[in-house]
Amino acid sequence: MARYDSLLDASGGTPLVGLPRLSPTVPDGAPPVRLWAKLEDRNPTGSIKDRAALFMVRAAEEAGRLRPGDTILEPTSGNTGISLAMVAKLRGYRLVCVMPENVSIERVQLLRMYGAEIIFSPAAGGSNQAVATAKQIAADHPDWVMLYQYGNEANARAHYETTGPELLHDLPTITHFVAGLGTTGTLMGTGRYLREKVDGIQVVAAEPRYGELVYGLRNIDEGYVPELYDATVLSRRFSVGTRDAVLRTRQLVEVEGIFAGFSTGAILHAALAVAHEAVRDGRRADVAFVVCDGGWKYLSTGAYGGTLADAEDALEGQLWA
Amino acid sequence: MAIEVRIPTILRSYTGGAKVVEGAGDTLGDLLADLDSRHAGLRGRLVTEAGALHRFVNVYVNDEDVRFLGALDAKLNDGDSVTILPAVAGGAFGFAAAAAIAAQVSQRAALAAR
Repeated sequence: MARYDSLLDASGGTPLVGLPRLSPTVPDGAPPVRLWAKLEDRNPTGSIKDRAALFMVRAAEEAGRLRPGDTILEPTSGNTGISLAMVAKLRGYRLVCVMPENVSIERVQLLRMYGAEIIFSPAAGGSNQAVATAKQIAADHPDWVMLYQYGNEANARAHYETTGPELLHDLPTITHFVAGLGTTGTLMGTGRYLREKVDGIQVVAAEPRYGELVYGLRNIDEGYVPELYDATVLSRRFSVGTRDAVLRTRQLVEVEGIFAGFSTGAILHAALAVAHEAVRDGRRADVAFVVCDGGWKYLSTGAYGGTLADAEDALEGQLWA
Repeated sequence: MAIEVRIPTILRSYTGGAKVVEGAGDTLGDLLADLDSRHAGLRGRLVTEAGALHRFVNVYVNDEDVRFLGALDAKLNDGDSVTILPAVAGGAFGFAAAAAIAAQVSQRAALAAR
């Protein structure tokens, strides 16, 4: 389908494309091992988060939590804010985003362009400061609505109802699904759907491993696990460092012409790992992975060119996924 | 050869400030016991009294989460690399801030319901 009533209706239905050059070669007579990329950058604001934003807003409307003219509050340094800003604009809400002042300039420009208001929290304080700022804002504005993507079932449901069925329709022979682990919504929703439909499906998580600055000095007892996370949905979980993520992101554009953000590089790294294992074990594999967004928002990091060590330095201390 | 273990900033008080230490063991549980013999108290920060990995600690063997490899029973080999990290959801900023607001909102709802 190529005609839609509005931009909101054009979310999802993204292409799944084969990667014939990046897929590992198998010995003569061995079963094929193929990589497939789900191009989520083809969503209305250019990221997979459009699916969750739309489902969360619709769920809040149906529950009577959101009424025309209401204000949505979202603490985010990433794509969710941009998706919500678009959905809020088209559905008639005001969006206030809270973010650390050290996020990339492209993100601030995009949010403002879509009409979002931004409250900055001091970068120096890291997540502790973000907690303090968020509490203050919530106390000052008790009528603002927060969708809380980390615990909102509509986030995972978006993927159970759309991403999962799309993948199975386009790739009935799927053996592995690989995606990034942040809110965990993509993996929980798509993973649950595929587990119900595909015997032996492997659901594989790739999580970014940032530089030390990001983990900070917080006590281990103050750690966070999103409420949506259910470890039984996953088969395996990989931690991918900055260097590997940058290397794969560059490889994806150099070899297959797909220009993606760094979280996609981390996911591709895990996808290649399971693909090469399948080759070693002589098993057939159709490995589908998520391209979360395009690389445009990250160009100013400078991490697409120069040496890998330079790129690693450029991303040190940044939330690149 | 031994097993290389990467220690997060918050636990380096147990390793004299060292980022990387070496240890030995056939399983992760054995390795942590071995480390604790030289870095007393480290194991207690990673393993609960009930003998499970602490909820907010993630341990990776060669970049793979040990919870999917048998947790403390995960098999280790010489030359493996083990990384210990505090659990911080992707986008530490967003989650920390969102959790804070959600907690405040539910407190308010509980008060209103009284």
